Amino acid sequence: MYRILSKKILNETVQLMEIEAPYIARRCEPGQFVILRVDENGERIPLTIADYDRERKTVTIIYQIVGYSTKKLSQKEAGDTIQDIAGPLGKPSELKKHKRVLGIGGGVGAAPLYPQIKKLSEMGVNVDVILGGRTKEYVILEDKFREICQNVYIATDDGSRGHRGLVTDVLTKLIEEGKEYDEVIAIGPLVMMKAVCAITREYHIPTSVSLNPIMIDGTGMCGGCRVTVGGKIKFACVDGPDFDGHLVDFEECMRRQRMYKEEEHVCLIGLEG
Amino acid sequence: MPNMSLKKVPMPEQDSKIRTKNFSEVALGYTEEQAVEEALRCLQCKHKPCVKGCPVNVPIPEFIKEIAAGEFKKAYEIIVRENRLPAICGRVCPQESQCEGNCVRGIKGEPVGIGRLERFAADYYMKNVKNDVKEVEKNGKRVAVVGAGPAGLTCAGELAKMGYEVTIFEALHTPGGVLMYGIPEFRLPKALVEREIENIRKLGVKIETNVLVGRSITIDELFEEGYQAVFIGSGAGLPKFMGIEGENLNGVYAANEFLTRSNLMKAYDFPNSPTPIKVGKNVAVIGGGNVAMDAARTAKRLGAENVYIVYRRSEEEMPARLEEIHHAKEEGIQMKLLTNPVRILGKEGWVTGMECIEMELGEPDASGRRRPVPKAGSEFILPVETVIIAIGQTPNPLIRQTTEGLDTHSWGGIIVKEETMETSKENVYAGGDVVTGAATVILAMGAGKKAAKAIHERLNK
Ligand SMILES: Cc1cc2nc3c(=O)[nH]c(=O)nc-3n(C[C@H](O)[C@H](O)[C@H](O)COP(=O)(O)OP(=O)(O)OC[C@H]3O[C@@H](n4cnc5c(N)ncnc54)[C@H](O)[C@@H]3O)c2cc1C
Ligand SMILES: Cc1cc2nc3c(=O)[nH]c(=O)nc-3n(C[C@H](O)[C@H](O)[C@H](O)COP(=O)(O)OP(=O)(O)OC[C@H]3O[C@@H](n4cnc5c(N)ncnc54)[C@H](O)[C@@H]3O)c2cc1C
Ligand code: SF4
Ligand code: SF4
Ligand code: FES
Repeated sequence: MYRILSKKILNETVQLMEIEAPYIARRCEPGQFVILRVDENGERIPLTIADYDRERKTVTIIYQIVGYSTKKLSQKEAGDTIQDIAGPLGKPSELKKHKRVLGIGGGVGAAPLYPQIKKLSEMGVNVDVILGGRTKEYVILEDKFREICQNVYIATDDGSRGHRGLVTDVLTKLIEEGKEYDEVIAIGPLVMMKAVCAITREYHIPTSVSLNPIMIDGTGMCGGCRVTVGGKIKFACVDGPDFDGHLVDFEECMRRQRMYKEEEHVCLIGLEG
Repeated sequence: MPNMSLKKVPMPEQDSKIRTKNFSEVALGYTEEQAVEEALRCLQCKHKPCVKGCPVNVPIPEFIKEIAAGEFKKAYEIIVRENRLPAICGRVCPQESQCEGNCVRGIKGEPVGIGRLERFAADYYMKNVKNDVKEVEKNGKRVAVVGAGPAGLTCAGELAKMGYEVTIFEALHTPGGVLMYGIPEFRLPKALVEREIENIRKLGVKIETNVLVGRSITIDELFEEGYQAVFIGSGAGLPKFMGIEGENLNGVYAANEFLTRSNLMKAYDFPNSPTPIKVGKNVAVIGGGNVAMDAARTAKRLGAENVYIVYRRSEEEMPARLEEIHHAKEEGIQMKLLTNPVRILGKEGWVTGMECIEMELGEPDASGRRRPVPKAGSEFILPVETVIIAIGQTPNPLIRQTTEGLDTHSWGGIIVKEETMETSKENVYAGGDVVTGAATVILAMGAGKKAAKAIHERLNK
């Protein structure tokens, strides 16, 4: 059992938890994730390590309530425990000492983006970030990014904050204004990452994305998380989750992620009923 | 007077029509009378050919003699001297190629049902004898074990019995390895595996779940933490794919994923258990080993109407246990032998069928088996919505990638000295599937036992 030390509500669907996990806190690096089970019969769900504290032996997760297991998780409070948390899983991000990097975080994707950007800024890299969300409430971690970034741009669908429109509009504008980036790191919904890659490919800007296929074990045992990158099968849990966005078969990823659409719905009805 | 019947006392089983609708154990086990009757078929051979076929040297005639005499508890005590997990081995060992394969009664008629008797003794003991496993006084020396499969559990148990402080690090949330996530409930009840693991815990072994060695902690760090030796029993968990068109379509599973969803995550109980699984009306399972049989029989139980085993050689070459092939056929699994998949067809991203080609046996290959070669023009389409790939597993590369000085074969297996299971890295030992590639439970246990002995000798030098 693993104790939840604190919990924060970031917006109506996104929450943050700090969980005691000594093995994970000791060795984890930006880009890595955990797999947790809320309770005894729980499903194994992967979540990125959004932050960690080696001394207090804790990791921070930021999750969006999208279905059964994240809803179950959201019902836990500080002081409660969760059944299992395993990690750190996946490869740490390969962060290079570039001159200037642009981070793009769509919705809850800002959470997995944060540790990478933080590390880059500690390495002395100049970073700009574009954060996107449906409305201003869905833009998370803005303050934390402002502490470490040179520029933070915001895009919301309804224009309630920052640019009205998509993060990709801002990206195109920045490039056209002559901003030069050595690399783009994009994390968010697959459609967003795909759209970002379409633009950066055109401008020849290397782009790293973080894939989130359906996973079970997270150790390379089940093959369920396989993705096609550069025409080859990769297991996102051990070969990733970060990949060269220009080589990813996004169509396939999106299709595989929808594999259990009907079942997820059934499950959620069970929880609400 | 020995019982000279040419056939084994039949095993009571769940009827094949009923059992395909549940996940309960198929073979129900002998009654006391049946066990005695079968035990009386043993001729108590002086030269014990059967024992030579058992990788852990279970004293077979000795324990069978006790069963024949009605001394069931004694029989169990004789077995566990050599085999810590008899309830499991009695159920899953490929007896026909091991102990029973060497039995003299098998020359004319069926061999003695050694596995069934072993299972009987173990089940009897569990049911009727109060467990008196006790923690042994500690000798202050610490050993770390990677992986809680049969190899790791056995190694840990043996060392704990000798007084070592042993910690097993297991990546998943449940210990047991393939016994828990791979082999289905209807063949190996999970409660039984849990009880065996509980006994190992009672010996004082600590099991830390959710620790993936290589990521959560490295082998070198284990030594820094004060462990004096490490045993690696991480198995062969990396599934192979065929490299054919359509393998990433929705509806294509590696057997590991399919079985893990069903066994470990209890997807068969969806939505009571939140992990889902997709099974079409028509399912093709590629492969001919135990893994393929388990996947096929699981698919049937999950509601598939037509389940095909697609295997490129003939039935004689199937590596699965005879009993499993027999049970699979009884349950209506259809064998497509001498058939090889060519590609998987899909529509809108979902599997709709599998194109196969018929094979014929050509010249013998390096392994002495006649090599199957495709028959030109014999392609046909098997209409299926689910494809399960069960063509083998290799060791996970994580440990070798994160451990300096650990020599491995090109296919990924860790290289060890056969006598001691020592690797190229000092005080690091390995055994089970991670050394041999996918093999058997009993071989993994044998390796764990051998390594425990060698570790004991090393740490007392
Ligand atoms: C490496 C990785 C890192 C992730 N990091 C984060 C994060 O930091 N914050 C966050 O909010 N989400 C993250 N996710 C996504 C998160 O795992 C899913 O949202 C969660 O599993 C949904 O579970 P559910 O039962 O609540 O929803 P469900 O109703 O079961 O599913 C909703 C959707 O989530 C996806 N999903 C379902 N089960 C899984 C699974 N076992 N593995 C992966 N995806 C699944 C599917 O696309 C599905 O359509 C990450 C996923 C991966 C693979
Ligand atoms: C479906 C199926 C059916 C089978 N049927 C039979 C049968 O009928 N009879 C038979 O004799 N054999 C059978 N086998 C084979 C048998 O199960 C294996 O040979 C045996 O389990 C190998 O034991 P092991 O201890 O080496 O590895 P495993 O049982 O694979 O256990 C390895 C353990 O190590 C853990 N692990 C892996 N990497 C790490 C890491 N880095 N850190 C921490 N932990 C780690 C894994 O999670 C796992 O729990 C079957 C196998 C399968 C898959
Ligand atoms: S352990 Fe396996 S091989 Fe040995 S006697 Fe028992 S069933 Fe036979
Ligand atoms: S070979 Fe067969 S008959 Fe002879 S001792 Fe062994 S089990 Fe008994
Ligand atoms: S999640 Fe099972 S192999 Fe990646």
